Amino acid sequence: MESIIQYLWLIPTAPLLAAGAGALLPRRRRRLSAGLAIGAISISFLLSCAAFWATLHSGRATSNFRWFDFGTTSVQMGWVLDPLGAIMAVMVALVSLLIFIYSLGYMAKDENFTRFFCFLALFAAAMLGLVIANSLLLFFMCWELVGLASYLLIGFWFQKPSAAAAAKKAFIVTRIGDLGFLVGMLWLYAKAGTHLFYDHGQGCLEPAAAGGLVASTAIALLIFCGAVGKSGQIPLHVWLPDAMEGPTPVSALIHAATMVAAGVFLIARVYPLMTPGALQVVTWVGALTAVFAASIAVAQSDIKRILAYSTVSQLGYMMMGLGAGGVAVGMFHLTTHAFFKALLFLGAGSVIHGCHEEQDIRKMGGLRLRLPVTFATYAVGMMALSGVPLFFSGFWSKDAILDALHHWRGSQVPFYLGLLGAFLTAFYMTRQVCRVFLGKPMTVEAEHAHESPPVMTVPLLILAALAVMVGFFGTPAWPWFQAYLDGGSAGFDLSKLMNEHQLPVMLLSTALVAAGIVWSGWIYGRASARPAREADPLEVAQPALFACVQKKFYVDEFYDATVVRLTTAFARFCDWLDRVVLGGLVRAVCWLALALARLDRNVDKSVVNEGFDIGTEAVRGAGQWVSRLQNGQVQRYLRVIGLAFCGLLILLLWGCA
Amino acid sequence: MILTILTFLPLVAGVLIALLGPDKQKLGRNLAFAASLVALALAVVLWAAFDNGHGGMQFVENDSWVPSLGIEYHLGVDGLGLLMVLLSALIVPFAMLASWKIENNPKLYFSLALFLESGLFGTFTAQNFIHWFLFWELSLIPAFFLIRIWGGPKRTSAACQFFLYTMAGSVAMLAAFLALYAATDAASRSFDFAQLAQIAHQGGLFAAHTTLATAVFLGILLGLAVKVPLVPFHTWLPAAYSEAPTGTAMLLTGAMSKMGVYGFLRILWPIFPEQMQAWRVPLLALAAATIVLPAAAAFAQKDLKRMVAYSSINHLGYCLLGIFAAARLTKSSALFSNEQAAALNGVILQMFNHGLTASALFYFVGLIEQRGGALRGLDDFGGLRQAAPVFCGLMGIALFASLGLPGLNGFPGEFLIFKGALHLASRAALLSIPGLLFTALFLLTILQRVFSGPLPSKWSGWPDLTLGERLTVLPVMALMFVLGLFPQLLTGVANPAVLQMLKSF
Repeated sequence: MESIIQYLWLIPTAPLLAAGAGALLPRRRRRLSAGLAIGAISISFLLSCAAFWATLHSGRATSNFRWFDFGTTSVQMGWVLDPLGAIMAVMVALVSLLIFIYSLGYMAKDENFTRFFCFLALFAAAMLGLVIANSLLLFFMCWELVGLASYLLIGFWFQKPSAAAAAKKAFIVTRIGDLGFLVGMLWLYAKAGTHLFYDHGQGCLEPAAAGGLVASTAIALLIFCGAVGKSGQIPLHVWLPDAMEGPTPVSALIHAATMVAAGVFLIARVYPLMTPGALQVVTWVGALTAVFAASIAVAQSDIKRILAYSTVSQLGYMMMGLGAGGVAVGMFHLTTHAFFKALLFLGAGSVIHGCHEEQDIRKMGGLRLRLPVTFATYAVGMMALSGVPLFFSGFWSKDAILDALHHWRGSQVPFYLGLLGAFLTAFYMTRQVCRVFLGKPMTVEAEHAHESPPVMTVPLLILAALAVMVGFFGTPAWPWFQAYLDGGSAGFDLSKLMNEHQLPVMLLSTALVAAGIVWSGWIYGRASARPAREADPLEVAQPALFACVQKKFYVDEFYDATVVRLTTAFARFCDWLDRVVLGGLVRAVCWLALALARLDRNVDKSVVNEGFDIGTEAVRGAGQWVSRLQNGQVQRYLRVIGLAFCGLLILLLWGCA
Repeated sequence: MILTILTFLPLVAGVLIALLGPDKQKLGRNLAFAASLVALALAVVLWAAFDNGHGGMQFVENDSWVPSLGIEYHLGVDGLGLLMVLLSALIVPFAMLASWKIENNPKLYFSLALFLESGLFGTFTAQNFIHWFLFWELSLIPAFFLIRIWGGPKRTSAACQFFLYTMAGSVAMLAAFLALYAATDAASRSFDFAQLAQIAHQGGLFAAHTTLATAVFLGILLGLAVKVPLVPFHTWLPAAYSEAPTGTAMLLTGAMSKMGVYGFLRILWPIFPEQMQAWRVPLLALAAATIVLPAAAAFAQKDLKRMVAYSSINHLGYCLLGIFAAARLTKSSALFSNEQAAALNGVILQMFNHGLTASALFYFVGLIEQRGGALRGLDDFGGLRQAAPVFCGLMGIALFASLGLPGLNGFPGEFLIFKGALHLASRAALLSIPGLLFTALFLLTILQRVFSGPLPSKWSGWPDLTLGERLTVLPVMALMFVLGLFPQLLTGVANPAVLQMLKSF
């Protein structure tokens, strides 16, 4: 334990270095870039396994360091090794490794192959960093970086305008949630005085701080905002189906198995902060999302979009598990889901690859013979996702959630929603398998489909094995997973499986799953022989409802009409404010100054100048008149003098008299 | 002495280069660049010799100048001043390289850039108002001519508006300072920042003239608000930045826009704490408006340069938010002053990092304009990533740095500002949060419209970054990563100064 914690930072750093190298490599160094990424993720995987091994024997270890100073304190960061992080790290590294290998085959012909592995490695680095982070700040930073990697990979085929738009949408929509997360994080930081999770009793998750937090429901809900965005919960789920524009390995790794589960992991990580009130919200949001997305999946025809809505729905289950059952319940479903959903996506990729980039399930059919390995593994994934009893992992993890919901003190509605979701899941997965693999080929492409190379099918086989086996680690009879996360030990006890506590829920969900599979098989198993252009049997039965569901309940349209339009209008308003109002004010001041200047000029011209002119003119006139007197004629001077003399004389005499 | 040498080196070099014969254009340009590199080296020496241990002024030079009027030749830098000097010294050579191919009288262009650099250094080192004001104005004149002579088609009106608007603010500021000088009793008359702050701290600056104090405060505020700019005094900026030639726009946004924020920290904060406190609420509202409105307006622009210009206003708005939020007088509690320290450290980080990022963005937009034959509309391009992957990658990094992606340099500053502001001025901080979203929205729109989608055949021969261009941006790009991962490099310098400021508030 002490030794492995010293090297824990290598888990994210190895792929980070591979990403950095991959970014600098020239485009033609394809094999080197892929080799570096796969080598790095292998190192991460081995280290994660070592870390996992260490956590089997001892509790929690942390290693903190100072990032930078401010005021009289400093920002601390660090990493933590505990069962929650270790199991997540192993899962992420393993799924990443398998998908990296699969990508060798899937992306073999892409001209940006080198960059693809660079981005994948960047993603793995950020995701693994998030998993081992021991501070909410570091968690947030890695969280944003996985968002970046997701952005880069959704928009990987940037020539497609739809991919570029989807990438932007994903980043913006998740950032809306992230801003709530940011505020929650800063608030927590201010209230608790630290954002380290564990710090020898002083961390924000440890009782000393977490217990004394004021307003912690608000903080918990703000942090949950981030999870809603990243994990595609209602109302921020709209980006995830669009994210399927990315290459299929990306959909499998980021938008099914790992990154979208980061929101669930976040809630599991900060669970001590989650107040009962906050957990109520988590459960309800999860329940609504689970049913809402599952019902949309029923009416989609794009193979990846069905899986995307299925992912949204399953993430809702995980949230319900966290809210009603606790960390172990949510995390168990997260783990099993990661394997079987990665399997399904990679299987879908194999189908798409085999059918020459066709994604519409109505144009497939009969692929079971042409892609036998894909079909067999896909069927395993489908049964795991649907929750077929006993042998498939999805059954055990979903059952744990339903059981927790059944015993939840809040309300029984989420339990019924969960059951409805289970039925819908079985229904749409059966529909998909019937359309893709059973019946006859609908198009020439499907007719000439080919099985993928071993570099793609071997990861499928490994994932299929995991999709079955992982479930056995968390059955009620042997709840090893739950005990591991709680730090206890689990004994094998078959009777726990059979008690009246568990059995009714188990039987009920099994019955619903069976109903879903049979009903869907009955509709689509027969319909799959029909030509592609013919309407879906459900569409024939309920055209209006089907259209509404197919259009995803018009949520995107609703957002376009409200949020997007308001934002654009606000932007225009600000522009107008600048150009017309404030700019106008400045111009008005300018004009005022000009007008004053003009007035001044006119005053100058008409009053000052002309007054001066008139004045000078008068002086000049007077001068002229005076100068006329001085014309130089002496006779005239004498005459004037004589006259004046006479005048004075007369005046004098007059006066004397 | 080093500060004097640093300040006058570009000025003297600029004069000498301007005096060269008209046939020595290239020589003049190269000499100017060399001079800016020498200045950069001096700034680095300054940084290396700087003692991070204490927060007061260092490298102080104090000689009497016009003693009868209280004017002294008083120079010095603390952590804030040092970082601004370093930033200016970095941006000037970067901007010169961006203007390397100017054909119309490059000798004059480059010597004007050196005058501007001298103005920047003088502003960031002067400790006496009159001295400070001389350099503040000195930087304005070359900026005016740089826009007026080498600018775009609407350069005349843009340059005039820029000059007159800024000048009006400066006049208000000068008048305010003269009124301040006249109003203080003869014994304590001074233009020295530190002395004024000390008198203000003892309550002797405006003992009985509260109205006058407010008038003086508002006069200085106006001068700084125009420069930063603070909404609603910002309308000169989009025109000036988008008409200015690329290198000049880099200087304006990278270095000159920091002068205003610097003034808030160096003048208003220490000398007018009570007035800052009294006007805090309206100022916070304006800061929030400075963050949100320009970010939204940027989203409505069609011209890349105008978008980046608006984004620049938005980023400086975060600085103002941090300053106004921290300007809160309360009982001294350790937690509280740490929140203030967080905000102010964040402001200084943001000033430095915005200088790097915004000038890099202008550099890239300038390259787009140059390659696009004077086109620079948002919708004029598309799919350029295919033709120029390195260009797109590096500009993408700059864009993400600008939107505050963790790991790059924009994040630590915004984190600290919001950390402080959320605690000290919750409402204003929450009102500003949408600014972060708008920023992401329009920056990603640039990436989407310009670099993604199908490549039009018109641009199929679009050249990627040349080796020279790569080497030009390399130092700045490297700094984006280094400062994003190791913000201690900046806070280590800034924090002692911040603690000093808090002590005197």
